Amino acid sequence: MRKHTYPINREELLYGKPGKGRILLVDLSSAEYRYEEIDPDICRFWIGGKGLAGYYLFPEITRSWKNPSMPLVFMTGPLTGTLAPASGRTCVMSKSPLTGTVGDCSVGGSLGWQLKKAGIDGLVITGRSQNLCGIEISDGNVSIEDAGWLAGASANEFYEKLKRKGSVAGIGPAAENGVLFSSIMVDGTFAAGRGGAGLVSASKNLKYITVHGTGRVPVHDSERLRSASEDIRRLVAATPALTGEHGLQNCGTAALYDLISSRRMMPAANFRRTFFNKASSMNSHAYSDEYNPKRYGCKGCHILCKRVGEDGTHLPEYETMSHFSALIENENLRAVTEANRICNEAGMDTISAGATLACFSEITGEKLTPDRITELLIGMASGRGEGSELGQGSYLYAKSKGCPELSMSVKGMELPGYDPRGAYGMALGYVTSTRGACHLRAYPISHEILRKPVATDRFSFAGKARIVKIAEDMNAVIDSLTVCKFLFFGCSLEEYASAYSAVTGIETSAQDLLAAGERIYFRDRMMNAKCGFTSKDDDLPPRFFSEEGSSGNGIEISPLNREEFLETRSKYYRIRGLDPQGFPLSSKAKELGLENLL
Amino acid sequence: MRRLLEKYSAKMVAAGLAEIGNPLLGGLDAELEWNREDSAIPVLEEVFRGLNINSLLFSLPAEPYRSIIDFLASEDAGHIRPEDSETRTFMHDLPVIKDFRSDMIIDKLRNRKSVIVKGKGIVTWGTVSPEQAFIFYSSVCFACFVKFFSDYLRDSRRGLVTTGQERVFRNALKYLDRYPDEPPELMSGPFRNREDVYRAVAQAGRLTVEHRLVDSFFGNVSLKWGDTLFISQTTSSLDELEGCIDPCPLDGSACTSITASSEFSAHMSILRLTGMDAILHGHPKFSVIMSMDCQKANCPTRGSCHTSCPEKRFIRDIPIVPGEVGTGPFGLCNTLPPAMEGNRGVIVYGHGLFTVSKIDFKTAFKNLLSIERMCQEEYFKHLG
Ligand code: SF4
Ligand SMILES: [Zn+2]
Repeated sequence: MRKHTYPINREELLYGKPGKGRILLVDLSSAEYRYEEIDPDICRFWIGGKGLAGYYLFPEITRSWKNPSMPLVFMTGPLTGTLAPASGRTCVMSKSPLTGTVGDCSVGGSLGWQLKKAGIDGLVITGRSQNLCGIEISDGNVSIEDAGWLAGASANEFYEKLKRKGSVAGIGPAAENGVLFSSIMVDGTFAAGRGGAGLVSASKNLKYITVHGTGRVPVHDSERLRSASEDIRRLVAATPALTGEHGLQNCGTAALYDLISSRRMMPAANFRRTFFNKASSMNSHAYSDEYNPKRYGCKGCHILCKRVGEDGTHLPEYETMSHFSALIENENLRAVTEANRICNEAGMDTISAGATLACFSEITGEKLTPDRITELLIGMASGRGEGSELGQGSYLYAKSKGCPELSMSVKGMELPGYDPRGAYGMALGYVTSTRGACHLRAYPISHEILRKPVATDRFSFAGKARIVKIAEDMNAVIDSLTVCKFLFFGCSLEEYASAYSAVTGIETSAQDLLAAGERIYFRDRMMNAKCGFTSKDDDLPPRFFSEEGSSGNGIEISPLNREEFLETRSKYYRIRGLDPQGFPLSSKAKELGLENLL
Repeated sequence: MRRLLEKYSAKMVAAGLAEIGNPLLGGLDAELEWNREDSAIPVLEEVFRGLNINSLLFSLPAEPYRSIIDFLASEDAGHIRPEDSETRTFMHDLPVIKDFRSDMIIDKLRNRKSVIVKGKGIVTWGTVSPEQAFIFYSSVCFACFVKFFSDYLRDSRRGLVTTGQERVFRNALKYLDRYPDEPPELMSGPFRNREDVYRAVAQAGRLTVEHRLVDSFFGNVSLKWGDTLFISQTTSSLDELEGCIDPCPLDGSACTSITASSEFSAHMSILRLTGMDAILHGHPKFSVIMSMDCQKANCPTRGSCHTSCPEKRFIRDIPIVPGEVGTGPFGLCNTLPPAMEGNRGVIVYGHGLFTVSKIDFKTAFKNLLSIERMCQEEYFKHLG
C-alpha cells in the first residue's frame, strides 16, 4: 500500500474560518486523496451532517450501491467538538443496500470529535480498493493501509487492535459476508445500524477508518455558546424522560420498555400481537438486577444513555430488547443480551436482524429457542448454514418463500418496536420516512407516548400529516447539526440555533434552521424519486389494516382504517409539496431553492 | 382540529386569561381552520405562511393582564424579561413589537414562543397542537403579572412608583383572585380502591386549577397508596387528569415514571422523608412574588438566587428554598424535600408552592389556599 503524507500548516488545518468546511476526499481505486474546501454558502445552505452529506450523495444516487463511484460519507456537524451538549454525533450516508433509498444514520462515539480535531469536517470515500484496506487519519496526514490481517475480525477485535490510533469505525464479518443490513461500528459499540452502510464499506474493500486529531475547534463567541449550553442543560435537567429517576440517563432507552408495554403497542410474534406477557420480567429493572450496569455514552454528552454490565456485557437498547424478546417470543433475558452481542460483534442492525428472525419464525412455524436464536444469527452473519438466507433481510426472504406480505417492513426496511396500530402518527411516519420503516425520522413517539412537547391523541390521524412533516424537517436539522435527538424531549431548536450562531458567527433562528430542514428532507424525496420510488412504496404491510392488536386494560388496539390512512398520506403529500404519486413537485423544489437539482 | 381550537379558546376564558369571543385560534393541517371569523385572519395567514408551524393563537388578554402587559410593554425596549424562573427557563424573554404586521410577528416568532403586540394582544404558536400556543400564552400572562407586582413592591419601597404604574396597580387590585375562607369539599381517605385514588388525584388537580392556584398546565399532584405512587403526568393539565395519572411502584421496579411529572423525584423523596402521603404543587402568584422579595443588600449571590441562595429565608413559618425544575445539580429535588420536614408548605424560589398531607388531599389543599392567602396579605403589609 502506498503511504501519503500531506505537508500542511497546522493552523490551516483547523476549521478556522467558521462557516467554511474542509472535506477529505479519498479515492480507494487510485489510493489517493485530497482536501476540498466547501464554499461557506453551501455550508450554510446545508448546515452540516446529513445536509452536507447529501450534497455529495445526490449526484451519484441513481448508481448501484456497489458502483465504486458511490460515495460513503462521514460528516460531522457545525457544533461537533464544542461544548454544545450532545453535538458530537456523525452522519454516515450512502445509498442503502437494504432499501435502495437514500441511507443515512446518525452514529455516536467519538468519531466526529476526532475528525473535527484533525481539522476535517467530513470524509467522502469513493472507489474500490484492490485488497481489504483501512484508512488512517492523524491530523492532516492520511494513509491507506493493508487490512488483510483483520479480515473477518469482529467489531470488538478490530477495535481493540486499533484503538490506540484514535476513534475507530469499521465493519464486522456480516458486511464482509454480504448481509444487507450490516452496520458500521464505531468505537466498538456504537452502530451506524440501519440500512446497510457496512455493506457499502465492504463493497469498497474498506475494513476500517481510524482518526486522531489534536487541534482545537474554534468558536466564534464562546460566551454566547456557554450561555446557550447552560440553557440546554437546564432544560435537559427539567425533563423526566431524560434525567428523571426512570429517564434515559438512569435507565437508558430500556426505560421505554415498560411504557410501550403498558400502552399495549409492543410488537409481539412478528406483529401478530401487541402485548407480550413476559414483558414485566424483561424490563430495564430486570436487566439492572441481572447485570448491575453502569453508564457510558457518546463523546460530549452528559446524559450517557448506554449501559454496560459489571461483567462487560453491553445492555441492549429498547428496540433490541423488544425485538429479541416480544417480537420473536423469547422469554430468556440472557438470550437477548447474547443476540445483541452477536449482532454488534458481527456488525448487523439488531432491528432488522430481530424482525427477520420473527418473519422466519412465522413462515416456518418454528418456535425459536435461545440456542436456535444464536445459531440463526451466526448463520445470518457468516452466510453459512440455515441462517444464511436471512442475511438478505425479511423482505427478500419472505418473497423467496412466496409470502412477501409477512415481512413487516416498509421499502424493505423492518419496523422497529412501536406497533403502528398503537400510534397513528407513527404509522404515517413509517411510510413517509425516506429510508424505510424508521421511527426516528418523525419520532411521533415523542408526543404520542412521551407527551413531549405536549401530548397528542395517539389513536387519531387528525392533524398528524403536518405534525409529521414538521417533525421530519426538525429531525433533518438535528441530524445535520449532528445533535442527539433525545435532547429534544426537553430542548427546542431555539437553544441550538443560538449555539449554532455562537460557534459559526452566522446569525440564524429556529425557523431558519427548520427551513433548511425542509430543504434537506425534500432533497431525500428527490433522491428516492430518481431511484424510482413512488406512493406505492409509502405503505405499510397489509396486516396492520386487517388484524387487531392485543386489546386489554381498557385500551383497544384496532386495525388501522385504510381510508383514513390514505387520506392522511395524501394530506402529507400536499403539505410536503409532492404530487399524488408522491413525486416532488418542481414548483416546490424551486420554492426551496433546489432548482439546480431538478 | 376544530375541536381543539374551541377547547383552548374556552380554557382561556375559564382561566380568566381572555374575554369571551376574544381568543382567535388557527390550526393548519392540509387546510387552515379558525375557531371564528376575524379581521386579523389575513395577517395571521401570512404568519402561517412564513413559519413552519401548525397552530397560532392571537388574543387580547383579559384584565388585569391587559393593562399590566401594556404597561410593561411601553416600559421595555424590545422585550420583557420575566423574573420567575419557570418562564425564564422555558421562554427566555418575551419580545414586544409595535404594530400588528405579519413581517414583524414572523421576525420575532422565528426564535421565540410568543410576541406581544403593544395594545393589541399576544401571538403564540404550536408545532404539534394548539395546546402549546395556549401554554405559551398563559405563561406570558403569568410572567407579566409576577413581574409587575414584584417591580411595584420594589419601586414603592424606594418611592419610585410612577403615576402610570400606580394607575395600573390600582386597576389590577380590582381583579385579584379572592380565596374562600373555607376550602372546598375534597374526597376523604383512606381510599379503598384504585379507582378512588385516581378520582381523588384528579379532583385535587381540578380544584387547584379552579381556585387559580396554578395555571392549568403547570403544577403536579401525587398520592401514595399501598406500594405505589400515583402522580400526574408531565405536561398534563391539572384540570383534566383523568387518564393522565401514572402509577409508579415505590420500589422502582417499573419505569412508568418516565412520563410522570418532572417533579417525580422530588415527590418521592418528600414522601420518604416526611412520611406523608399526598403532595400538591401549584404556582400561586403571590407565593411566587413574595419568594423573590429579598432585601439583603449587596448579596454576592444576587442574579442566581433561584439556584444558589445561601440564606435561610421564610415568609412567616414557610421556608423558601432555591432549586431548578428537575434533577440537575441545582435541582429542587435536592433542596425541597429536606425543607418539607415539619413544615406545612415550602415555596421554591420564583417557582411555586408545595404542600403535603396524610392519607388524602384535604390538609394539603387547605394549606395551599391559606399559604397563598397569607402571601397576599404579606405583600400588602410590605407595601405599608
Ligand atoms: S443521550 Fe445517549 S445517544 Fe444521545 S448523545 Fe447522549 S449518550 Fe449518545
Ligand atoms: Zn412547578
